[in-house]
Amino acid sequence: MTTASQPVPATKPSLRSDGEPLGPRVFRGILQASIALSILVLATLLIDVVLDGGSKLSMDFLSSPASSSPANAGIEPAILGTLWLIGVATVFIVPLGVASAIYLEEYADPDKWYNRLIEVNIQNLAAVPSIVYGILGLAFLVRGPIELGATILAGGLTLGLLVLPVVIIAAREAIRSVPQAIRQGALALGATKWQTIARQVLPASIPGIATGVILALSRAIGETAPLIVVGAAVFVTSNPSGLDDKFTALPIQIFEWISRPQEEFQLLAAAGIIVLLVILIAMNSVAIFLRNRYQQKW
Amino acid sequence: MPSITTPGGSSAGAPKSGSKLVSGRSRRGERLIQWILAAAALVSVATTLAIVVSLLAETVLFLREVPLTDFLFGTEWAPTFAEPTFGVLPLVAGTLLTTFLAILVAVPLGLAAAVYLSEYATPKVRKTLKPILELLAGIPTVVFGYFALTFVTPLILQDILGLDVQGFNALSAGLIMGFMVLPTIASLAEDAMSAVPHSLREGAYGLGSNRMQVATRVVFPAALSGIVAGVVLGVSRAVGETMIVLVAAGSIANLTGDPRDPVQTMTAFIASIAKGDAAVGSITYQTLFAVGMLLFLSTLIMNMISIRFVRKFRQAY
Repeated sequence: MTTASQPVPATKPSLRSDGEPLGPRVFRGILQASIALSILVLATLLIDVVLDGGSKLSMDFLSSPASSSPANAGIEPAILGTLWLIGVATVFIVPLGVASAIYLEEYADPDKWYNRLIEVNIQNLAAVPSIVYGILGLAFLVRGPIELGATILAGGLTLGLLVLPVVIIAAREAIRSVPQAIRQGALALGATKWQTIARQVLPASIPGIATGVILALSRAIGETAPLIVVGAAVFVTSNPSGLDDKFTALPIQIFEWISRPQEEFQLLAAAGIIVLLVILIAMNSVAIFLRNRYQQKW
Repeated sequence: MPSITTPGGSSAGAPKSGSKLVSGRSRRGERLIQWILAAAALVSVATTLAIVVSLLAETVLFLREVPLTDFLFGTEWAPTFAEPTFGVLPLVAGTLLTTFLAILVAVPLGLAAAVYLSEYATPKVRKTLKPILELLAGIPTVVFGYFALTFVTPLILQDILGLDVQGFNALSAGLIMGFMVLPTIASLAEDAMSAVPHSLREGAYGLGSNRMQVATRVVFPAALSGIVAGVVLGVSRAVGETMIVLVAAGSIANLTGDPRDPVQTMTAFIASIAKGDAAVGSITYQTLFAVGMLLFLSTLIMNMISIRFVRKFRQAY
């Protein structure tokens, strides 16, 4: 419908009428209260954890192994186990995720059924319950055809498979945001398709990809259920020494402490949660920093 | 904001025009590289296949011992007893109960947050609020479980509200799971509402609507497919969530609708069996896969519905 071309105010907030009647004002209040409630729950959770676990945090806690006496129990093997798992997952998902993303964005013809299948499949995989990945790890990596046993390698690969769709989706977005003109310029200068991708598109999308990888890894760090199914050990008193070692991880250790009825162990769990959250916040800060520092405005 | 983004819209166009730009000349290795990249993309398909195969193999063995109807419609779940029974309904009931409670929290709060962020918040407010809500999504679920077990149940439910709940109960697990699911619903719904063209809003304002009317009668219906996608995906998340229910809802397979009782969900059962180290080949080991199959299929259906609805709203605008 064509109306007289009266210049419309550019932003929608300016359209607000100031004498709002009661109904809409209540409605707005309800919306604000809903958000406030969500934030309140988040804040309560964080404060509760810090109050519970703060007193247990110490250098001894960070540098001692698990123990059946809560006074001596620490979290060192769990922290190292988590680092090992994340290391394995990173080595696995970065090349695979980036390669998949390049294929889907630069090579795949979206009208072909098999490419659409890959795409829908990745979207679905991103929403498969994490415990199902644990079953996959148990059946294929720990016991079945590959038979790695309940090792760091099996656990890390399971976590890698779990977050691979996240990496692919993030990398695709980063690659897609590189303007077409860059590709056309490179091709016009005689570069082949792969040269264009490897020397122009990929370097330009690295910040976006790195952000996506870090966010994916921070999801992997908090995953507990798949590691339980894969067979993480719950009582580990020695630090992991290699890929074929048995392992525990931060969330597993936290879960183990939560499951014990004694109050002391609950507090240890809270202290473990603080450590886990600090690691997550650090990783997210790096991701946000990368995004703000290197984000290209084309 | 004048920028009306159409998420996903560019994905269809870009690669196609990219491939047209290739010169006929091909350097050695270019083909090979393309095959390697395609192989990497196929790993995700292989993952799905591997999931199906690993679930199916043991499920078939399980169904040889237990008739399918006994499994699906039986009301006693006691696979580790001396005289085991394998009726999965108590686990399904536990899953439905906690999911229902979570949705009861997540849908109203999540949609309210989405409407506020998309229709009311100034860009600055939105820039602060969105990361905070995303933070909720980033909290590991075992942490939510801890919170439900050690704070919500004893302090909020028992002391403040004076409810007669047990130490492990579906109520606290379900409510807290709602806050875990909330960002999923809020972010998909907000995407959909932001994608609604501004001309629709301006038309409604021009006819004298106020902001509430625009939000509820124009933007909300116009974004409905995206909102449905978010809710369905939220349900799928809640069904598949393990740690909150494992920690806070207990481990008694209980055919009950009473949220004050302890329940066991499908996911929590899988985790507890896996923790117990069942012997390979035993029927207990196989139940893990049979329940896993049921879980995978139900979330798969919901994910497909959600993906379909997302596509619908992306096509519309």
